[in-house]
Amino acid sequence: MEAAAEPGNLAGVRHIILVLSGKGGVGKSTISTELALALRHAGKKVGILDVDLCGPSIPHMLKVQGQAVHQCDGGWVPVFVDQAQSISLMSVGFLLEKPDEAVVWRGPKKNALIKQFVSDVAWGQLDYLVVDTPPGTSDEHMAAVDALRPYSPLGALVVTTPQAVSVGDVRRELTFCRKVGLRVIGIVENMSGFVCPHCAECTNVFSRGGGEELARHAGVPFLGSVPLDPELTRSLEEGRDFIQEFPSSPAFPALSSIAEKILNETPI
Amino acid sequence: MKSVKHKILVLSGKGGVGKSTFSAHLAHGLAEDENTQVALLDIDICGPSIPKIMGLEGEQVHQSGSGWSPVFLEDNLGVMSVGFLLSSPDDAVIWRGPKKNGMIKQFLRDVDWGEVDYLIVDTPPGTSDEHLSAVQYLAAAHIDGAVIITTPQEVSLQDVRKEISFCRKVKLPVLGVVENMTSFVCPKCQKESQIFPPTTGGAEVMCQDLQVPLLGRVPLDPRIGKSCDKGQSFFVEAPDSPATVAYRSIIQRIQDFCSLRQPKGEDHVSS
Repeated sequence: MEAAAEPGNLAGVRHIILVLSGKGGVGKSTISTELALALRHAGKKVGILDVDLCGPSIPHMLKVQGQAVHQCDGGWVPVFVDQAQSISLMSVGFLLEKPDEAVVWRGPKKNALIKQFVSDVAWGQLDYLVVDTPPGTSDEHMAAVDALRPYSPLGALVVTTPQAVSVGDVRRELTFCRKVGLRVIGIVENMSGFVCPHCAECTNVFSRGGGEELARHAGVPFLGSVPLDPELTRSLEEGRDFIQEFPSSPAFPALSSIAEKILNETPI
Repeated sequence: MKSVKHKILVLSGKGGVGKSTFSAHLAHGLAEDENTQVALLDIDICGPSIPKIMGLEGEQVHQSGSGWSPVFLEDNLGVMSVGFLLSSPDDAVIWRGPKKNGMIKQFLRDVDWGEVDYLIVDTPPGTSDEHLSAVQYLAAAHIDGAVIITTPQEVSLQDVRKEISFCRKVKLPVLGVVENMTSFVCPKCQKESQIFPPTTGGAEVMCQDLQVPLLGRVPLDPRIGKSCDKGQSFFVEAPDSPATVAYRSIIQRIQDFCSLRQPKGEDHVSS
């Protein structure tokens, strides 16, 4: 179906990537943030749209929590994470009066805000828009896919952890992608093993192998395994640039290769 | 719900902190006393983990004149989940809020649990339709309270504070907070590490700030994930683990709290 995209606020966005998982707590926001940082280091202009309305994590991860959102002629101005304005972010987190305020909304109200985030934020010229989602296959996901469909998203990065309980939910997410016609760019397995800082023994804290097995079963690319690194967690807690500060971390190679894959798929 | 004495919701603003793991093991722990009737209800419609964790994947539910029959793991431990209604592990439940609410209403109204001492309700992450529906439908029948699960880092705590705020908004008592994945003991060198560093003081500081009890802290034992994947009780797989010890102490505190509250229909003891 040819969707005539109105000029609108996404007209200047070249590529849209959704980050999904059926399962909560696998690292969608982490992967979204690190992907944005890695793409920035490759010289790209990146926007992040955080559509997790109940648990908006990204502002804190980029040290911009508490910032105000301003209006311009084109709509809401996204919050810039840095002086160079190379990463911009929109999240419901910026719209809350108090940070601990709960967003207790039913589906229709969530849908309405997500539509606004897509149509009423003045994103400007971006190389990439990374859309971070909450876990599940419900209102937020359908609203985001519907609102973004006219702009032909590049596809979805699907995140899992190694154990079967996660993979069990993520299989359903892959079905969701198929049903809504969203291409799966690939599967990322996060929290793959922990290297003990005392003795360097690697322990499979959350089992092993599930991500790769799932990719094989579903016939989608496997983009890599990201091990657990407390420095990564700490960087996100403190809003630091992990990609810049920890290039020798065991998590760095997998995170860079995900960004490489995206960059290779989208040559200028 | 009239035949259910105690109702406990297991909540977290944050995903992946161990709600389902905790709910399952709370059920296992309570059901160890064969005279205690336990019911475990999984209202995570999109990501129903409980069937797998309880070793009941592939089971089907039946309908009779008295309603839906839960799947019984033991004579005194019944389980219900949307997972039992799906024919394939790849089936996705792509429902908007109102349809999810309808299913939850059915689960709470039409399941023939029988006489139950404890109903444990496992929830998805967030503060949305599922949580509102569960609280609304259960409120008339008196909920003992919510157990809130978190991990130590601020990214989790910031969502959990919202969940506590939600509980206060809907007047749901908070039994307390469980901090999961507190620390990791290397199986090789036995030294402790913090995989999820408590950069803002962890659950302990948050509980002090918000005046809610900290029920306990559970270390990360890799055998927990394996047990859940196999559908086995972690208490059976690793009875000597510090995680088992921590869980059991938390379960005892929850039981103590519930026994202070009289079941519906009798006078309440104010806590």
